[in-house]
Amino acid sequence: MGMGINVRERIAKRAAAEITDRMTVNLGIGIPTLVANYVPDSMKVMFHAENGILGTGPSPENGDEDANLCNAGGFPITVIPGASYFDSATAFGIIRRGLVDVTILGALEVSERGDLANWIIPGKKVPGVGGAIELAQKSKKVIVLMNHISKNGSPKILKTCNLPLTAPQCVDLIITDMAVFEVGARGLVLLEVMVPYTKEDVDKYTGAEFAVSENLKTI
Amino acid sequence: MKVCTVDEALDFIKDGTTLMYGGFGGVGNPPTLIDGMLKKRVTNLILIGNDAGFPDIGIGKIISQGGAKRLIASHIGSNPVAGQLMSDGKLEVEFSPQGTLVERIRSGGMGLGGVLVDVGIDSILAKNKETVEIDGKRFLIEPALTADVAIVYAKKADTYGNLVYDKSARNTNPLVAMAGQVTIAEVEEIVEVGELDPDEIVTPGVFIDKVIKTQGVDWKWVWE
Repeated sequence: MGMGINVRERIAKRAAAEITDRMTVNLGIGIPTLVANYVPDSMKVMFHAENGILGTGPSPENGDEDANLCNAGGFPITVIPGASYFDSATAFGIIRRGLVDVTILGALEVSERGDLANWIIPGKKVPGVGGAIELAQKSKKVIVLMNHISKNGSPKILKTCNLPLTAPQCVDLIITDMAVFEVGARGLVLLEVMVPYTKEDVDKYTGAEFAVSENLKTI
Repeated sequence: MKVCTVDEALDFIKDGTTLMYGGFGGVGNPPTLIDGMLKKRVTNLILIGNDAGFPDIGIGKIISQGGAKRLIASHIGSNPVAGQLMSDGKLEVEFSPQGTLVERIRSGGMGLGGVLVDVGIDSILAKNKETVEIDGKRFLIEPALTADVAIVYAKKADTYGNLVYDKSARNTNPLVAMAGQVTIAEVEEIVEVGELDPDEIVTPGVFIDKVIKTQGVDWKWVWE
């Protein structure tokens, strides 16, 4: 179940549907970065970067890159009208104050209660936490984009996370290459199944119980 | 006289110095000071900054070449060499959440003892940290960070050390600029006092001890 370009784009497009006009949005690195491509130009969305920008725009044309204008991942960007630059402390003030409407990030594991684990695999990988805790704990809505199962085939949506948590009960929506789940007060609700997968596939590859929406869609 | 040569500035940075650096993913790291430290082969540094850069970019070069014994940062994901050194026990790393780290630096620069933060209070990063309750809410006590020397990058300085930054290369620089016992600013352009509009100055020159003119970035960016 490798994630081809089309699958990445499909997940990004589905996530973009969660963004509405006038929102303040933070996109993590990887697939979340692609989400901006699917937000219609007619919407006024302020994309936030942890290094200190509100109002980032598309990548510049080749040759127009400015090393002093990069996103939090260190890649060149542009800014839109109304954008502002500030120091990183202010960038995190915006997050801690709850002014980010939607944050879209990747995950290693998500539990049925919406616990998020995405920063450390003890004994194996310690890349460090970056701004993930602030974003997960403080954003109004947290959307996780990830592969439905790990590289070795085990479910990433679990009853309880095995890895240390980034933040407990913070995830609101999970979008994978197989399905879309809402995390509600009573647990997971399956909203959508992505073709070519079926509800049976989702049952098989999800490590937690879930309810099925009355309006279950195939997309 | 604050304006000085690179060598005069480097005299402040010695083996074992606690060195705080501005920059975020290499952007806004001061390239000429970093290059000078490499040439001088400074070792056993205790580094404090947002991240470990990339292996051949910014502060990452110092870390990859074994110049640091300890690093306080929010992540090292972009520098696999740093990760390897950490696994091999050659680099001690302390992680703070990114927003908490900059507040620790800012509080150091502002002359405070630390900050109260609820970020990560339910995570393993809260282990062994003191907490305090205010109005029924629990907060972690996150101690301030300061350094023997702070190095920052800016677009312009006047000879008093007032600093103006450039777009996202501002990032952690204004915070780091306040937190050094000695702060060295590496800048693209040095102008006379009076040439900067007081309204555009982000870091007041009183925080700055030395100013050097940059020789520019000598590394290739990841996107090049």
